[in-house]
This record gives sequence, C-alpha cells and structure tokens, in this order.
Amino acid sequence: MPKAKRIIPCLDVDAGKVMKGKSFVDLKVAGEPVKMALKYSEEGADELVFLDITATIEYRKTLVEIVRQVAEVLDIPFTVGGGIRSVEDTYEILRNGADKVSINTMAVEEPAIITRLSKRYGSQCVVIAIDAKRSSIAPSGFEVYTHAARKPTGIDAVNWAKQVEKLGAGEILLTSIDRDGSKQGYDLELTSKIAENINIPVIASGGCGTPEHLYEALTLGEADAVLAASIFHYNEFSIPYVKKYLYEKGLNVRLL
Amino acid sequence: MKFALLDYHASNMFSLIAAFKRLDVETKIVTKEDNFNEYSAIILPGVGNFSSASDITSDCKEKILACVDKGVPLLGICLGLQVLFESSSEGDGKGLEIFEGDVIKFPPHVKVPHIGWNQVFPLMNSVLLKGLENKNWVYFAHSYYPKPRDESIIKGITEYGIKFASVIEREPVFGTQFHPEKSSATGKSILKNFIEYVKR
Repeated sequence: MPKAKRIIPCLDVDAGKVMKGKSFVDLKVAGEPVKMALKYSEEGADELVFLDITATIEYRKTLVEIVRQVAEVLDIPFTVGGGIRSVEDTYEILRNGADKVSINTMAVEEPAIITRLSKRYGSQCVVIAIDAKRSSIAPSGFEVYTHAARKPTGIDAVNWAKQVEKLGAGEILLTSIDRDGSKQGYDLELTSKIAENINIPVIASGGCGTPEHLYEALTLGEADAVLAASIFHYNEFSIPYVKKYLYEKGLNVRLL
Repeated sequence: MKFALLDYHASNMFSLIAAFKRLDVETKIVTKEDNFNEYSAIILPGVGNFSSASDITSDCKEKILACVDKGVPLLGICLGLQVLFESSSEGDGKGLEIFEGDVIKFPPHVKVPHIGWNQVFPLMNSVLLKGLENKNWVYFAHSYYPKPRDESIIKGITEYGIKFASVIEREPVFGTQFHPEKSSATGKSILKNFIEYVKR
C-alpha cells in the first residue's frame, strides 16, 4: 500500500483572523486560527496551510504569534505561506513551529534561496508555490505568475517546476489562476503536466467545488495532495465526508 | 521526569517540545557540551542533514553511549533515528554506531522526499507500537531510510516503493523514521508508550 493521498484545508489569515465566507455560521470560531486548526485536525485533515493574505509589516508579528500558538496545540503538520519576502521571515516562521514554509515571488526573484533554505532546514520544509495561468507564450501552455497572481513572468511553469526540484524544493503547491475561486474543478492538464515532469510531490490547488473534483485531481491530475478552502469553510462538505467518498472510490486515504 | 533534547542548531524542536508538554513531560534543550546525566531520557530530534547532525553527535558520542550503557532510554526521531546507525549516503560523517547498518536513499522510481501519511505495520513485541495495530497512520518527511544489519531490531515496517524499517528497538534505544509529534492521536500514543517505558 502506498502512502495516503492528503487532504489539506487552506486557511486564509488576514490581520490575525481566519477569513471565511459570509455564509459560514459561527463567526466567532471562524475568527480564531487556533480553534479552526484544531477543528480541522480533529476531523481528519492531513495537513493545514495558513496563507497570510495581509502581508503588511505590522501584521508579520501577529502571524508569527499565530504560528506559535498553532504549533503548541496542533499535532499534524502545517505550512505557512503568503507574502514571505525574506529569508529571515522563513527562519522566524520555522523556528516558531511551522513544519514548512511556502514561498513564491521570492523564489522566482532569487532562486538560490531555495537551495539555501533546503540546505539549512532540509528540503521537506521548502514548499514552492507556483501560480500558473494558461498562456500561448509558454511552451507547456502554462506561465508562472508572481505577486499574488498579478504579475506575469514569462517563465514556463513546467520548466520552473523542474528547476525548483533541482534547487532543492521538497514539494510544489500548484495553483491554477484560471480555476482559482471558480469551483469548476482543478486544472487537471496543468496538474498532470507538472506531476509527470518532476519527482517531488505536487499539491493541487484552485477550483475545487465538489468531492469529485478532489478525486479527479488525485487520479487524472496525478496530484499527491489536494488543497481546498471554500468547500470546507462553507461547510458544504465535511472532511470525514470527502475522505469516506475518496476511500469508497478506491483511493488510499487516512481514515480516523 | 525531564527529557534532554539534543540540539543540532538547524533543527526545529518547537513541535516536539510542545508534544511532550501536552503529555506533561518537561524537556530541556541540551548542547553537546552539557551534562546528560540528570535526565530520565535522551531524545535525538529529527530535522536537518546527516552530516551536520553527525558533527554534533560525534562530539558527544561517548556521553550518549555512557547513558545508554547505564540504561537511560534514548529515542531517535527521523534523522535522530538515522544517526544511531553507522553512516548515511546523504553525506559524510559517522553516526553513533549503536546499531550496525547504513542509511540509504529511496530508489529512483518513487517520489522523494517521502512526505505524508503512511502506515506502520508493527512486528512482534514492539514497545512503541503497543496497542496500535489498527491505528497505524503516521507522518513521514524523509528521503533516506535505515537498513539495519541485524533485522531483529526492526519493530515496525512501512512500504514506500520498498519495505523499510520505520521503527527500530533494542532496549533502551528506540527510533522512529516518522514524526510521532506530527502524527495526531497515533503519534501521541507512541510517545505515551515511550514515556511509560521510561517510567517502568
């Protein structure tokens, strides 16, 4: 039996609060990252990703404090990403208990940072986030974007994925900009193209609306893990429900 | 009861300290210069690279071995398990040589690092895996695994492309290739089993 496919809820943190959709009922609980993290962990999430969507200097301290509080109580792995622009930031986050940091723009601007980080802390804690968009100029058909998906780089997504693997990345968090927020399903062509060209795990992100989308990404998309936000946040589908669904479809998932 | 956690500088020990704290065990980070005698157990934590860990453990090898000879329980986690062996293909440097055998990389046909949840299948009379036959999902993050010469010390097996030793035991020395501190309820039970052993 191979290792399990991972289900990873993503929590957007803004100014120290987890941001949730307006239809989420219990706003008080939703506001507290630590409680949210524990809730997902108890329901069987395999990992968590915290994405800092403020990324302003005064809230950096808040983020580190949240990382520390989460690490004190959470006994599953978690990744912190979003707006990390210096090596010092990554050290600070890892020292305070995060298992992995996810970097994007900084890696594109200075790829040598990937090697520095993986030499120091091990490749298992270096997640490279790739935001990709369909494009006619890229040979693979997908171009890398940085600066929260606003800035095209002209870099081919498949080539970049291969390069970050060589530089020492441990995993790739791959987001389809075209599908993000659409709930139309993951971009399976993007995910499988990247997965087939590298030998490190790929986490698919962007576009999940149903448990079937998760199944597609983990099979046709060849992803090792799936990241989803809204289907869990809006309580549309619970983690135990989707895990049972995937298990019954024959996938190897960790059941509690 | 207080456990010593050996510091390799680069490694992140926050989660491990927190995990023991949740189980009411106090820990202290010790460096190679410190005295190890006053602790009920020694923990070799799990993040970093074999050569840099080996630099540290080599410098305090005699001290660690003296504790083990006296029966002080030792738990190596991930890289901390690997340094209990002789050498690693990850890099230069010698391990503590408590166990015979080397640490080698996964074959090229599987994705490395082996990151994520996998199952550990307990063998007979495992101290750490006691009572966990049906709750065996644990969290891994590694590219190398130990290949003990004496197979009788293997107490747990995991399959990832090949079958490898994920739990090693020869009292009072224990090791897990996975991270119990990141393995939810199952990991908690494994740490509890270790604590029970220390209290015995």
